[in-house]
Amino acid sequence: MIVEDMIIQKHQEIALDTFEMVLSGQEIPLQIQSGQFVHVQIGDGKHHVLRRPISIADIDRVAQTVTLIYHVTGDGTDWLSSRRLGETLNVLGPLGNGFDLHDIAGDTILIIGGGVGVPPLYHLTKQLIPHYHVIVVLGFATGEAVFYEDDFRRLAETYVATDDGSYGYHGVVTDIVKQLERDYQHYYACGPTPMLQAVQTQLAGTPGHLSFEERMGCGIGACFACVCEARNDKGYVKICQDGPVLRADEVML
Amino acid sequence: MTLNVTLGGLHLNNPIMPASGCFGFGREFSTFYDLNQLGAIAIKAATGEARFGNQTPRVAETSSGMLNAIGLQNPGVDGIIANELPFLSQYHVPIIANIAGSTLEEYVHVASQMASQSVVAALELNISCPNVKEGGVQFGTDATLAYRVTQAVKSVSTKPVFVKLSPNVTDITDVATAVEEAGADGLSMINTLTGRRLDLQQQRPIIANGSGGLSGPAIKPIAIHMIHQVRQKTSLPIIGMGGIQSTEDVLEFLLAGADAVAVGTANFQDPFICERLVQTLPDTLEKYGFHSVKEVRDARCNHPSTSR
Repeated sequence: MIVEDMIIQKHQEIALDTFEMVLSGQEIPLQIQSGQFVHVQIGDGKHHVLRRPISIADIDRVAQTVTLIYHVTGDGTDWLSSRRLGETLNVLGPLGNGFDLHDIAGDTILIIGGGVGVPPLYHLTKQLIPHYHVIVVLGFATGEAVFYEDDFRRLAETYVATDDGSYGYHGVVTDIVKQLERDYQHYYACGPTPMLQAVQTQLAGTPGHLSFEERMGCGIGACFACVCEARNDKGYVKICQDGPVLRADEVML
Repeated sequence: MTLNVTLGGLHLNNPIMPASGCFGFGREFSTFYDLNQLGAIAIKAATGEARFGNQTPRVAETSSGMLNAIGLQNPGVDGIIANELPFLSQYHVPIIANIAGSTLEEYVHVASQMASQSVVAALELNISCPNVKEGGVQFGTDATLAYRVTQAVKSVSTKPVFVKLSPNVTDITDVATAVEEAGADGLSMINTLTGRRLDLQQQRPIIANGSGGLSGPAIKPIAIHMIHQVRQKTSLPIIGMGGIQSTEDVLEFLLAGADAVAVGTANFQDPFICERLVQTLPDTLEKYGFHSVKEVRDARCNHPSTSR
């Protein structure tokens, strides 16, 4: 875990209120793993006292960059969206535990993403495709919110659903999963908690990992803001420190 | 430059410590810097039994501040003694154990357990948590109850007892003088102010608990004023807190009447903040003409402009 000033190399709106930002740095791009996140300071920190946890969509070890995708939901992310190329951001990371890729039995893997839960699954998918057959199911609120569809299609068999039916399949990710009628031995899902609940229930018999979104304070496990009930000795997990990626059968949603 | 301070029987190498609830039990921050640099460490509140805390979301940002309603999540006093204090025993920094409860009996039980631990240098009596249904702030907003719980805890504690005061009162000096009469060795102030934020889309509170405790720079002027008010009424040592982000803030608290300070919310933004404040405080004191923390304290006692 380090704090470093990272430089904005690329910054663009890629879907409704959704921005892609490429940051270069010295240490974080070399250390960070799939599924981990960074904690970004907003402004000088005097007005916005909390950092914003943002997942990593892609990592380039050679160019020493990480790609962040975030959704503008309030003043803090609105400030972030107006940053320009060449400006620096104060970033704390890498944080949390990412995707465990050693724990997979089988040859076909299902990837399920919802909204701004989609980004960390992109780098994960890139890592999985040399070794596994991967099926990707993505869900968004509406057609305008869809992003990275082509990027995923270039990697794997990809299905897209929208809640309002304005693009792709009219429905939610679990509807597509239901109709797939395919065998997969492991799954990874990231998205809003109601989606994760539905996926966890639907795929109860399949080993899987869930990656969580939660409002955080410190991001390092000290403040107990982002806990979730779990089947372990303590009875809970801290999303920022024990997660954000957790075994699907460990957490109680 | 002499930074050391004496605080109700405690000897601190410098006046800066992390505030209870913002530093866990130190483990996470020990990966960022050597905790021996701190003046003291106030650890997360202990209750009689393990508590899971409130539903999430538990935090929300506000202008220059944040709301939290963690709900005193902790592994219980026995769990802390078994699993957390051994880690802290490697540091030669005073450990201040924050104690909480729903009933007088629970406070007394936790206090006697904690006070008997050699690694614990002092207790911080938390009668000001606004985020739990029972106990907590109800003891801190009633001078009579505050007196009773302080007296009861003092009767079982072999270690100094600092009482953490709630700002959610009409006159904080009433509670301060009550706990002094009950035998408190010092005061910690201020805890958070009760606040609330609403989500406009969902039209309900952002924090699952509804209300939360407001902390951060937004409350600093309130903390400074309340410390000033209490300092007029008592000579008890005061650990000042409320939105400290810089060494200038530290000096302001000391001038207002604090003898040491605790840094809370700022640890979330900058995990290195306490180390940085310790290292740069001498420069700031020198800039304003001081050669020791004691000189600041003497200055505020003799200088009429700080006591208006």
